[in-house]
Amino acid sequence: VSVAAARPRRRRWPTRVAFLGPGVTWWVVLFAIPVSLVLAYSFARRGPFGGVIYEFSLRNYARAIDPLYLRVVWTSLKLASIATVVAFLLGYPAAYAIATASKRWRLPLLLLVILPFWTSFLIRTYAWIVLLNPAGVLSTLAIRLGLTDGPLPILYNEFAVVLGLVYSYLPLMVLPIYASLERLGPVPEEAAADLYATRWQTMRKVTLPLTLPGIVAGCIFVFVPSLGNFIVPDLLGGGQTVMVGNLIQQQFLTARDWPFGAVIAMFVVVLMIVVLGVQAQVLRRTQEADHGRA
Amino acid sequence: MKTMVNRSVTAFGSSSRDLRRGKALARSRARFYHIRGSGVLTWGVLVMRRRSFAVRSSAIAAVAVLVLGACASDPTTPAATSTVPASPEPLGGTLVISNWDLYMPKSVVRDFEAETGVEVEYALHTTNEDIMGKLTASNGGGFDLVFVSGPFVEALTELGYAAAIDPAQIPNLANLDDEATQLAYDPGNTHSVPYTWGTTGLCYRSDLVSAPPTSWEVFRTSSPDTDQQMTMLGTDRWLLQPGLLSLGYSINTTNPDEIEAAKQWTMEAKPNLLAFDDTTFYAKLVSGEASVVQAWDGWCEYGVLEDPENIEFTIPTEGSDVWTDTMVVMESSQNKAAAHAFIDYILQPEVGKQIVEYTLYKMPNAAVMAAVDPAVLETHETLSISPSELFSQEAQTGLGEEGTILWVEAATEVKAG
Repeated sequence: VSVAAARPRRRRWPTRVAFLGPGVTWWVVLFAIPVSLVLAYSFARRGPFGGVIYEFSLRNYARAIDPLYLRVVWTSLKLASIATVVAFLLGYPAAYAIATASKRWRLPLLLLVILPFWTSFLIRTYAWIVLLNPAGVLSTLAIRLGLTDGPLPILYNEFAVVLGLVYSYLPLMVLPIYASLERLGPVPEEAAADLYATRWQTMRKVTLPLTLPGIVAGCIFVFVPSLGNFIVPDLLGGGQTVMVGNLIQQQFLTARDWPFGAVIAMFVVVLMIVVLGVQAQVLRRTQEADHGRA
Repeated sequence: MKTMVNRSVTAFGSSSRDLRRGKALARSRARFYHIRGSGVLTWGVLVMRRRSFAVRSSAIAAVAVLVLGACASDPTTPAATSTVPASPEPLGGTLVISNWDLYMPKSVVRDFEAETGVEVEYALHTTNEDIMGKLTASNGGGFDLVFVSGPFVEALTELGYAAAIDPAQIPNLANLDDEATQLAYDPGNTHSVPYTWGTTGLCYRSDLVSAPPTSWEVFRTSSPDTDQQMTMLGTDRWLLQPGLLSLGYSINTTNPDEIEAAKQWTMEAKPNLLAFDDTTFYAKLVSGEASVVQAWDGWCEYGVLEDPENIEFTIPTEGSDVWTDTMVVMESSQNKAAAHAFIDYILQPEVGKQIVEYTLYKMPNAAVMAAVDPAVLETHETLSISPSELFSQEAQTGLGEEGTILWVEAATEVKAG
């Protein structure tokens, strides 16, 4: 008996290794090692021709707190936050509409959300330039309709950057919210209605709190890549808006100052860890609340 | 088409051919134009035919090398002709080249393979920094021949990655302009051979401005023709250049006060600008979004391709830079003979001509420029800027460690400010 019981336990090991192995290898090779390298670089010094000289110093960190870079960080946080809020305001109703649509419509609607991903990100960003530029469709239309005298100031500024970010990452907001709405199903809302909650009360006190994990996930999926994006500020911001992603790109490519670029990259990594920590906290709380209710 | 009136080309700008992204569109137009303009269609068909012949002949050459290898006395003796190598040389082996995308017609590489039996592995880099990164990461290995801009030759030589050029293996060096042997980053071309060169200037729509711009001050001057209709290059080296030149400083300055002054100058220009743009400025001219842009001469020509009537190029009176893109043989190369042979091949008039007509950049090679189709020269006037005119501009050289940091910080401040 004991042999029979032990055998499957022993056999589990190869299975575990086989199942976890690829994932762990992936994580170690493509995350843990590169991030450790970046951390190591951040304490090094730039060589005269752009190499890395391994001499421990905190000089790069001291340089990073220069008001110039703090201002760039502030701009990035501001633009990424605005983009996240706008994406939420647009994304939640969209996800709600899809989740509550008839089964026949759900799949085509979801497909429409994902569809833009089938075209290159760069091409879609350039397409916005065509739409927004002073000689472009929108400005021409506005002038023809007599809405404005000159071209609309809608390209090469922060407005265009936020627009580009929202456009790029909106699907990443819609999908997790849709998933949590779908999992929720109609029952809680029906229960709320039975208890004479108004639709607004139902939304505020039942649906929103119960889909919080999806909302937090969506916000992270929008906020994190927005913060690191450098193509949108470059193209739609006309190079006149500098975000953290641009700074990192510039340090690694133009200045070939890898150590300083690494410091800024570390900053983004730390920020991401903080954000993910907040997400974990929120998830735990909702789960605890669930268990409490149960 | 009407000839362009204003050929007031006086001063030059610099440019390392850094940002090649976004060129594809212009390229396809360029090809279309060439087909219309000079009957390249037939030529293309010929190339296609030659290709299948080439494959066979190189296979035969390879076999011949194997068979005759034992008897061959000295396979490295270069062909002494200055035009087409007489017969397939028994060079063989492989040659790994890295160049910017769309900076050389593919047919040139294929023809070289056919004529020499060398198998070319043609890699691409997007920027100087990109290839520098690859080379530093592999301690100078992995490539036989790389294309980089002038200031990077200094770095490659300093790091010991660049091999000394053996002039005996490149008889066609004689075709180079005299000026191209005295370039500041590598006088005497000891570790590099210039590929193309040019300058930076003002590219503008003559129909959208009341008077042709003549000075870099155009960016700092508010005017209804140009307000919010100008772009400047966004890469540090060119971003500060108009300011430095206007203020009379060197474009290679590392003096903090001069850099600060140029930064202020550029900040004052910023409100008049539509954007900082390294990649699509010529398209903005074509669409009419912009009336004046800071542009590399060859990239201005991409605009000219689409609007030859109205798009013009000028070198501002304060002067500009002369940039050079070069070919560097790697010290680690196992096939330096083939690398030298490739350089020699490029310097031939018939080959160089194809490159100039394809890229619309000048080569510092009188024999090549003389061979270029006159119709192309007439439309693309910057191709006729003379070597002495180019050479009178200041060449970009390396900025060193502290200098680079100062420049990058100033550029970041301008853009973020």
